[in-house]
Amino acid sequence: MSDATTATPAQTGGTPEISHISEAVIRIAGNSQDGIQAIGGFLARLAGRSEQEVMTFMTIPSTISGGPSIFQVRIGSGEVLSAGDEADMLLCFYQHSYEGHLGSLKKGGIVLYDSDHVKEIPPENLSKYRHIGLPISSLVVEAIGGTGRDKGKNVYSLGLIAKMFNLDVSKLHRLLNERFAGKDPKVAETAIAAFNGGYSHTLATAAELFKFKPGENVGHNQIVMGGNEALAYGLIAAGVRFGAGYPITPWSDIMELLRKELPKYGGSFMQTEDEIAAVSMAIGASWGGRVAVTGSSGPGISLKTEAIGWAVMAEIPLVVVDVQRGGPSTGMPTNVEQSDLNIACFGGHGDSPRVVIAPSSVEDCFYTAIEAVNIARKYSTPVIILTDQGIASRIEAFKMPELEKICQDISPDLTAVADHKPYDLAATDGITRHLAPGTRVASGKYPVVTGLEHDELGHPTGSPKLHVQMTAKRRNKLKKLGADLPTPTVFGPSEGQVLLVSWGSSKGPVEEAVKQARANGDAVSALHIKYINPLPNGLEKIFEAFTHVLVVELNDEGFYGYGQLGAVLRGRYCDPKIRGLTKVDGLTWKIREILDRVKAMTK
Amino acid sequence: MTALSFPSENLTRTGNLNLTAVPPVPDGERKGLTKKEVAADHPTWCPGCGDFSVLALYFKLIEKRKMHHEKITTVAGIGCSSRFPYFVQAHGAHFIHGRALPFASGVSLSRPDLHVFVFGGDGDAFSIGGNHFSHTARKNVKLTYCVMDNWVYGLTKNQTSPTSPIGYKSKTDSWGSGDRPINPMKQAIAAGATFVARTTHTNPNHVLQMMEAAMDHNGFSFIECLSECVEFYPGAFDGANPRKGGQFPEVPKDHDVTDEYAAYKLSEELMPGKFGIIYKVNRPTKNENEAKIVATNREKFAALPDWQILQKNFDRMK
Repeated sequence: MSDATTATPAQTGGTPEISHISEAVIRIAGNSQDGIQAIGGFLARLAGRSEQEVMTFMTIPSTISGGPSIFQVRIGSGEVLSAGDEADMLLCFYQHSYEGHLGSLKKGGIVLYDSDHVKEIPPENLSKYRHIGLPISSLVVEAIGGTGRDKGKNVYSLGLIAKMFNLDVSKLHRLLNERFAGKDPKVAETAIAAFNGGYSHTLATAAELFKFKPGENVGHNQIVMGGNEALAYGLIAAGVRFGAGYPITPWSDIMELLRKELPKYGGSFMQTEDEIAAVSMAIGASWGGRVAVTGSSGPGISLKTEAIGWAVMAEIPLVVVDVQRGGPSTGMPTNVEQSDLNIACFGGHGDSPRVVIAPSSVEDCFYTAIEAVNIARKYSTPVIILTDQGIASRIEAFKMPELEKICQDISPDLTAVADHKPYDLAATDGITRHLAPGTRVASGKYPVVTGLEHDELGHPTGSPKLHVQMTAKRRNKLKKLGADLPTPTVFGPSEGQVLLVSWGSSKGPVEEAVKQARANGDAVSALHIKYINPLPNGLEKIFEAFTHVLVVELNDEGFYGYGQLGAVLRGRYCDPKIRGLTKVDGLTWKIREILDRVKAMTK
Repeated sequence: MTALSFPSENLTRTGNLNLTAVPPVPDGERKGLTKKEVAADHPTWCPGCGDFSVLALYFKLIEKRKMHHEKITTVAGIGCSSRFPYFVQAHGAHFIHGRALPFASGVSLSRPDLHVFVFGGDGDAFSIGGNHFSHTARKNVKLTYCVMDNWVYGLTKNQTSPTSPIGYKSKTDSWGSGDRPINPMKQAIAAGATFVARTTHTNPNHVLQMMEAAMDHNGFSFIECLSECVEFYPGAFDGANPRKGGQFPEVPKDHDVTDEYAAYKLSEELMPGKFGIIYKVNRPTKNENEAKIVATNREKFAALPDWQILQKNFDRMK
């Protein structure tokens, strides 16, 4: 709770003081069935409606039911770049949650625990953290009766938090009603009762109450959602109306949402028998004239690589979403990792250039989806959206997009044409363009799409000359894209000692690390790379102005000491000052971790 | 943050096509296609290959049913027979090994205005693509799948195929194949195909009949067409060729095509077996089921432009 100022001095009768704060990190620890994600969701949504910034972080066990789970929310009146290193407040439901997460609490922070379950408090902890023990489980039974006990614990605790942080009760009531609307009205009533039970608890032992300063995003009509949701809605806004997929964590959210939503727009999403069928079906539909989507995580991406190679060869527009998770193989299915960059850029046999873009935040997921569709259409190519578990399940508030302006119609144009060669080698821009089936060609010469090397009409050829020309064609059109890409701008001064290069979900933590480093007087800046393959031009000019270029990524340092993007940058620029700053513990970056590593590497 | 580097503005709806448009010709004024107009590349098959006859009859089907070029899509996977799309003057796709059916399903489900024909061999259908065969059949996706079954891998030059009979000597089983071959009819019936027919390349009239019936079937229609590989398995189907001393036993007139058990029984024998429509039932297609879901969903939203439908969702997430 940075820059806390005590505004109201303690009054008589033990009424706690109210401190005005600009941000807070709240971590809720329990089991996966306790509904703690719901509390986090409510807090995030409330922040969004209160013109504040918010970012969440969660871990879920990869078991079907049960297992420890946490949800962390960082709410700020100003800019929030990461979910926060240390919590200001920890709410824990069990002994194991207490023991497991006390270490994440800031010294002097508040730990609110369910004294029905947390029984052993080591005395030495009492001086380090402020302990507030409440028999939450029994209090919930008091508030709403015994039957709904397990369900009410989360909402009751939300009431407690609302009290401690002076949150807007009427907005929270509305959120609860919205959430439980449509169900049995009793459900909503019980939820409100549980919330009010928690809110009206006296919290007599609390030393202090808090109040957020007003949010700075005044006038921003904010919307709150998770990264996977934003990506799926982005695809809908982009005009995608067909997709196919196979269930796998954490990609499944996207396919579930598209399956449910696309019919409203006249589209559909197919659950297929396997990953290969999913990518094949999406390619078939894309060839049908309208860019389609498939996606997966982890092993599913490996399975799709042959078909993606076909789409590269036949030059079919396609969007493939890769929600990265810990690998290889089944790996760490519910943890964050950025180790699919290599397979995204290079997966597949033969020379198969394709486009890879990585969104950096929830909001960016929405816009990246649209860009991916437009790049696929413009350059007639598969585009892989490389997102990760760090953004997929994170909730953020962002400015309501201007949908009327953004939503696009990409339905196929079937106007008859005189004649057409899709792989026209004489095309001035070098880009292949396909006719959608259903288009009459007056000359009577119809094109074929194939994975065999082909001539300009798509018919197979063994001609060495054509293979050389067509390989160059597939490469050059994406080199052209590379030249069209915006050169990223440096976060912080454009010269200095250290340049931290980030991609994907690491952008926020890296930029926050830069802010902290600069506050300490260190000459650190950051550069975020969104377009991974091809890379934009002009990076070497940016690198020139720094002594160290450290590529921050969540993957292994590899045989030669660079992470995956680091190796690509090394390969392109042959610059020994480019080094990898990597880790694979399955968690997002903490600011402290980045700063310590920078210090160690630049000594 | 919110400025798109790649906005839609300078793209036409289908990418960047900027071609000379030609005026539409009313369907009534268009003549049927001649064989010459439908034929594209000269087939690369060996002289005498059974696939020639399937291709010729596909041309005949297009001619007879007065189909237009642009409405025909010909899709294939990998194999000798899968070269089919190159030989047909129509929109065609030569996809990867074993995955022609999901590709074609993507076409059929997103473009209900097109005829989707899929051609392939026994390896493509029953080995590498076996999973897709079962699932496309059970989902009853509207398309026609013609498998040219030659009981051997031809393109890779004589390895055992999933339909090679026990004892067949190939380069991968020089001592004779030992694995029980797949029975395509039974496989299709068990998977839930709604149209299952069997024919052979040596009886052109029958092939055409089956193709027409398959095309007219509303759902997943599957034809197994015996198609001799003269190079690696000559004489495989002599038993079904009256000119070579074999027999061509048709499905009995009194066979009830909707009787699954009877169909299964009729499929028992592999050579010569029975020829004709073995099984045919009507079940809602995947295409119809999806269209119904769309129609139900659209009821509430049809009057709204897409962006407003999305806006309604977003307003709830404030």
